Amino acid sequence: MNNRINNKMNSEGKLLSIYFTAGYPALNDTAKIIQDLEKNGVDMIEIGLPFSDPLADGPTIQASSTAALKNGMTTEILFEQLKNIRNSVSIPLIIMGYFNPMLQYGVEAFCEKCEEIGIDGLIIPDLPVDVYHEEYQKTFEKYGLINVFLITPQTSEERIRFIDKVSKGFIYMVSSASVTGSGKGFGHMQTDYFKRISDMQLSNPQIVGFGIKDTETYQQATKTAKGAIIGSAFINHLTESGTDSVSDFIAKIH
Amino acid sequence: MTYHANKKGYYGEFGGAYIPEMLYPNCEELRQNYIRIMEEPSFKEEFDQLLKDYVGRPTPLYFAKRLSEKYGTKIYLKREDLCHTGAHKVNNTIGQILMAQRLGKNRIIAETGAGQHGVATATVCALMGIECIVYMGEIDIARQAPNVARMKMLGAEVRPALSGSRTLKDATNEAIRDWINNPVDTHYIIGSVVGPHPYPDMVARFQSVISKEIKWQLQEREGRENPDYVVACVGGGSNAAGAYYHYLDNPNVGIIAVEAAGKGVNSGESAATSALGKVGIIHGSKTLLMQTTDGQITEPYSISAGLDYPGVGPMHAHLFKSGRGEFISITDDEAMIAGLEMAQLEGIIPAIETSHAFAIFNHRKFKADDVVVVNLSGRGDKDLDTYIDYFKL
Repeated sequence: MNNRINNKMNSEGKLLSIYFTAGYPALNDTAKIIQDLEKNGVDMIEIGLPFSDPLADGPTIQASSTAALKNGMTTEILFEQLKNIRNSVSIPLIIMGYFNPMLQYGVEAFCEKCEEIGIDGLIIPDLPVDVYHEEYQKTFEKYGLINVFLITPQTSEERIRFIDKVSKGFIYMVSSASVTGSGKGFGHMQTDYFKRISDMQLSNPQIVGFGIKDTETYQQATKTAKGAIIGSAFINHLTESGTDSVSDFIAKIH
Repeated sequence: MTYHANKKGYYGEFGGAYIPEMLYPNCEELRQNYIRIMEEPSFKEEFDQLLKDYVGRPTPLYFAKRLSEKYGTKIYLKREDLCHTGAHKVNNTIGQILMAQRLGKNRIIAETGAGQHGVATATVCALMGIECIVYMGEIDIARQAPNVARMKMLGAEVRPALSGSRTLKDATNEAIRDWINNPVDTHYIIGSVVGPHPYPDMVARFQSVISKEIKWQLQEREGRENPDYVVACVGGGSNAAGAYYHYLDNPNVGIIAVEAAGKGVNSGESAATSALGKVGIIHGSKTLLMQTTDGQITEPYSISAGLDYPGVGPMHAHLFKSGRGEFISITDDEAMIAGLEMAQLEGIIPAIETSHAFAIFNHRKFKADDVVVVNLSGRGDKDLDTYIDYFKL
């Protein structure tokens, strides 16, 4: 399998990836935010499909999800908004969301739609690697989609090896035992963990997420990892400064 | 054919563990150890002793003479309302606190809706001297003040869930997030047969003491272990799971589940999950749940705070889907009238959850020689305000 994610992972340099919740701040901001992020040099984007009960997320993403749903965001509308996105955007696009909305849409129909639009991968925090491997991997791969799995400081070596085996793009390395948006900076525990994973010589590159919020944490995370994902900090920026100031935020990180 | 969970925690197509990777180590530790720990002689001894001396078990199986006469069948009540703290919930919290101790955990978290499970958790934490944090929706905190006070008096910290609809499902989300943030020292005491594997099976096993007792008590009274029917109300479904447990695989015993129809199944204000739910994922379990066509989880309604969970335990989803269980929805009005009738015919004021189960006798005929056991899951003290409002007492 070779898609935009693989090409990006094979490119030189470190990667900056941004997560935002689709339909937030306003319902129809989705395409504009994606275009602005690419224009400002972001390497990859996670488009959040909002869910009523986002278990793995902290207050910032919960609030943006609730607001997006209130704005009227649905799976159908998101696909409609992304219909022509590949006319203007060429970096990898990943949809990140919880499993239930995908299940209701129909897993195969969802994957088919993603391929049609030009989505490269999915991140589904509550679809465990074992279930994916047994029930859904064939379907995802039929539509050229890379599914991305999370590991945490508590994930056992054996399980990391299994996740590495099933993964075809990159591994999403959760920086600490936490929900999203609880970043207090990185201490020894994180840097030791980053190094431990780096020393495992996994076949997939790692992208660090959770707790990346500024240049300092971005630099620390990408010392050993291929890249880092910023979510809550970017959403807070959108809340405070609106959608016209995407460049300010990215300039501060790079 | 079995209606119990398989090794991976599936009841037919329902159950499993649809959890973020951050929760995997916690659930896996529990999964690998729960059956072994529950089968240790020292665990069994301590559990049984506490159920006897502290909870007040065995609870009576009472022949409801006047109710039986009125409905022309033989009705027995399993008196879980007489348990310490007023409901069956404590059977599970006793079991789980002992489990937590053996897993070396020193911090307990729980979710609560109406506050009954929160009180039962705060109680066992006080008993064992363990730190206790209970998540409760901000709206529920406002409408269940006496139970909030009980938890505080028992030494628990009550943390408001401020996200989403600020009720039980959001309190559960917050408890899960806490567990993600505290993966090593904390045990999460889930209050019902919901959540990721192994919770539904573990909680059902702790509650199974209910049907274990029914068997020998009925043998004493009727000369037979098996009733013709076991009836229980179902929100998440823990009292029902306990009452059905030893009868699940016995086709001669009919299983009747009573759900809350609220203001009517099609009123838009209901908690009748089997009638209205579709297969999906809630709190780590594949089960039936109330949701929009887009897969967003919706807020249920019932006059009974203990029945307004948008999902149902995977065991019950399977009982429904397979046809093993008979599912009936009862409205607020039917339940309230049944509760009043129970008070006046038998001198027992039931929890409104349980009142739903009693309303079955106006819905469905039983034969004169049928033996029907109704699980009287909780007492009505906590619901007095609702009864007062409803009947203008």
